[in-house]
Amino acid sequence: MSIAGPQHTEGSPPTVAQVHASEEFAGLRRVFRRTIFPATAAFLLWYATYVLLAAFAPDFMSTRVVGNITVGLLLGLGQFVTTFAITMGYRRWADRTLDTTAGSLRARLEGGA
Amino acid sequence: MVLTAAPPTLEIGNPWVNIAIFAAFVAVTLVIVLRASRSNKTAADYYAAGRNFTGPQNGTAIAGDYLSAASFLGIAGAIALNGYDGFLYSIGFLVAWLVALLLVAESLRNTGRFTMADVLSFRLRQRPVRMAAALATLAVCFFYLLAQMAGAGGLVALLLGITAPAAQYAVVAVVGLLMIFYVLVGGMKGTTWVQIVKAVLLITGAAAMTIWVLVLFGFNLSALLGAAVETAAAEGVENPEGLLEPGRQYGLSTLSRIDFLSLALALVLGTAGLPHVLTRFYTVPDGKEARRSVVWAIWLIGTFYLFTLVLGYAAGALVGPTAIRSAPGAANSAALLLAYELGGTLLLGFIAAVAFATILAVVAGLAITAATSFAHDVYASVIKRGQVAPDGEVRVARITVVVIGVVAIIGGMFAIGQNIAFLVALAFAVAASANLPTIVYSLFWRRFNTRGALWSMYGGLISCVVLIAFSPVVSGKLNPLDPTGPTLSMIKDPAVDFSWFPLDNPGIVSIPLAFLLGIIGTLTGKPEADHEQLATEMEVRSLTGAGAERASAH
Repeated sequence: MSIAGPQHTEGSPPTVAQVHASEEFAGLRRVFRRTIFPATAAFLLWYATYVLLAAFAPDFMSTRVVGNITVGLLLGLGQFVTTFAITMGYRRWADRTLDTTAGSLRARLEGGA
Repeated sequence: MVLTAAPPTLEIGNPWVNIAIFAAFVAVTLVIVLRASRSNKTAADYYAAGRNFTGPQNGTAIAGDYLSAASFLGIAGAIALNGYDGFLYSIGFLVAWLVALLLVAESLRNTGRFTMADVLSFRLRQRPVRMAAALATLAVCFFYLLAQMAGAGGLVALLLGITAPAAQYAVVAVVGLLMIFYVLVGGMKGTTWVQIVKAVLLITGAAAMTIWVLVLFGFNLSALLGAAVETAAAEGVENPEGLLEPGRQYGLSTLSRIDFLSLALALVLGTAGLPHVLTRFYTVPDGKEARRSVVWAIWLIGTFYLFTLVLGYAAGALVGPTAIRSAPGAANSAALLLAYELGGTLLLGFIAAVAFATILAVVAGLAITAATSFAHDVYASVIKRGQVAPDGEVRVARITVVVIGVVAIIGGMFAIGQNIAFLVALAFAVAASANLPTIVYSLFWRRFNTRGALWSMYGGLISCVVLIAFSPVVSGKLNPLDPTGPTLSMIKDPAVDFSWFPLDNPGIVSIPLAFLLGIIGTLTGKPEADHEQLATEMEVRSLTGAGAERASAH
């Protein structure tokens, strides 16, 4: 395992401060935060809506849709669906977008590129 | 149904079959642990399994850690007796993982080494912050451990028909001793494998039972729900249709609604602050694998909770609420009674052994987390100020494991008969109040400083514990059916009532308070001398993984 060690060769790797100040890093941080913060806000809001409906609108949640299947059950299963969807979406996005930029910055910092 | 006439001690199944299957599980895991111990050399091996687990393996272990007996037996039982409200629990437990996935897992893996405190002390003052984080970690682990040990005692009463206190104490002691052995010998690697084996068994068993039930009901969920309502109606349960509607367990008074919101908040924010979940992110090589672990964990845990929905209603329909209530362990026995109803002695033995294994695996995970936190944060950093040989730290961790094991055994003996769900809810509330705000702030708020962290952690921890102590959970909750009899609180004497906080769960007060204290502390405190430089370093490392701890090569 080669770890970021003191390999001070020609064209030594940039310092952390230099990388931090670079446009590429600023872009990465912006994209990362613009993705995860709204996603977090969205699922928390949706969860809160669901919990508040269960607590304060039990009659609505008890409405039968088909047979014994209620609105509440469907919304609850909807929470499972959105959780799985956000998980898959985030993974796809992070594997494709996040890892590429982060990987190249890391390689540069550790003197590999 | 055959079982409606079951006597109070559960004379179903064969205790020897249960014991034999459980012994087989213990034998297999002991071999695994012994094999794993061969490669335990460094601190990274012992605390973090050499960071060599893959995402899928670690994700399975996370599921093994998370799907405790309380969530398996507890949720199935809550659905069987209270229907929809039991289902609400599982949703909070699942959605919570998105917090871990989006905000915590990768950044934590990139910036820390072994514990939650590593991340916090990256740019804050080491000793006070580590001390606070270690105290919060130990508090969460302690409450969670007590719940699991109490669960073990209850489970054996149910399975072996043993209700004598001495026999239950013996079981708690056996669980504690096995746990000490697993963790002492196997370290994180052994513990992780125990959790993986257990998760596979638990999910497979639940899947088989779920498919069985669905076949019985022609894959018609509506028919299953209808059958649960019919059984409840036939047994004279009040408002059987209520099984499909919210409000049965939590009630519909304003206070009970607020209590329910408080619980929901603690569940959704607690998971990503649970120390034994956080340490699992260090067992993989990098941030990407940490992400993959959570993705796997979410699929496994989500699928499992869908199974419990089916199993809970099936227990209501096929076993019936009367038989469940009269069994020792009441609601907690629903899944086991259903296993017997479906597959007889063998399936009951299998599911029972898995439930035992669950307790063992969760207890081991908690013990290694608590020991790591004590040895790494308190002993090496606070007491020895970092001047300690690496093997000296691991030696202290091993001693700590033995101490924790003994404390858990003694505490577990006292905790038998206590309300398990309450202890687990308390652990989640402490994790959500004391840990999560500081983790999120230190990862995403550049200005955050030591005073903010200390105020938030101590404020969250203390407010949580104090509010619980003065809540109806501890004293003064009179039994509505028998106001002069034993209370429903921890203190059974109805004359003792020092409660003034009206809610069972403190989350709705303590969590916002901890977030707020973090802000006030930060704004009134002053940054460290090297704040700018360290904050810059942390941002880069958290996002790119440059300089993060690597996997050890074996």
